[in-house]
Amino acid sequence: MTSNTVAFVKENTTDPENWVENYADYLFRYAVTRLNDPEQCRDLVQETFLAGLEKLGGFKGASSEKTWLTSILKNKIIDIYRKKSSGLSINSETEDADYEQQDFFDAADGHWNVRHQPREFGVEYQDHLVSKEFQGILQQCMQKLPALWFAVFSMKHLDEEATEFICTELKLSASNFWVIIHRTKVSLRSCLQKNWL
Amino acid sequence: MGPIKKIAYNCRKATFLIEKQQISSITLREKIELKIHLAGCSICKIFQTQSILINKMVGKHLADQHKDLILDNDFKDQMQQKINEKLHKN
Repeated sequence: MTSNTVAFVKENTTDPENWVENYADYLFRYAVTRLNDPEQCRDLVQETFLAGLEKLGGFKGASSEKTWLTSILKNKIIDIYRKKSSGLSINSETEDADYEQQDFFDAADGHWNVRHQPREFGVEYQDHLVSKEFQGILQQCMQKLPALWFAVFSMKHLDEEATEFICTELKLSASNFWVIIHRTKVSLRSCLQKNWL
Repeated sequence: MGPIKKIAYNCRKATFLIEKQQISSITLREKIELKIHLAGCSICKIFQTQSILINKMVGKHLADQHKDLILDNDFKDQMQQKINEKLHKN
């Protein structure tokens, strides 16, 4: 390490020699929650650290080191969302065609089709944490979503991103965004009902 | 069929408005239409309750699912080594 680098590291309280120990597991979990591919997420954590080293000069100490590294990782995740969903319009053929083409509503009058009519889960009015088992099913159902739907849904509900930001990043029109939000929820709810009741 | 009657019988539209309302705002007219629909449609009321529950769960608990997940030590060591090499090269 040159003396310049040492001075920089001190001044801005970045500590790359302890990055792995301090943040690797945290970043790994952050990525797995959003991509659910542990193998890919391992590599992503490494890429994040290496990109961080490249950008050390950009770290101003305005945010914590952890927040800064997380934002690098987050951008990489959005890149992957974009790649996975590019070329897939909401009507195109995908491996998830089953999911997309289910008829939840009657085409003519918009009524629920009987097979998909919501029924109570029996957990709606519990104040406390819904059971681990229920959460597990929710997660499995999320993983079955088409890539673009999953990206939109998790950016909105997990990361609470602004709608405009999601539309820009994923190149969606506002009306496409709402169609996806709606279809995703109807599908997800139906999947929960099928696997929980 | 008049517009009010149409929404009163249209669960697809009602569930769309339920979703939109949770994230953004809907117009006064849409609010009234949705209210009328929900007053007469117990199925969409169940949908609404469950939809709100799902959003809450995703925000609060999904991140916890992996809270015991860790990277294996060999991979970590290799990673730190790469970082150190790069750091000392600069």
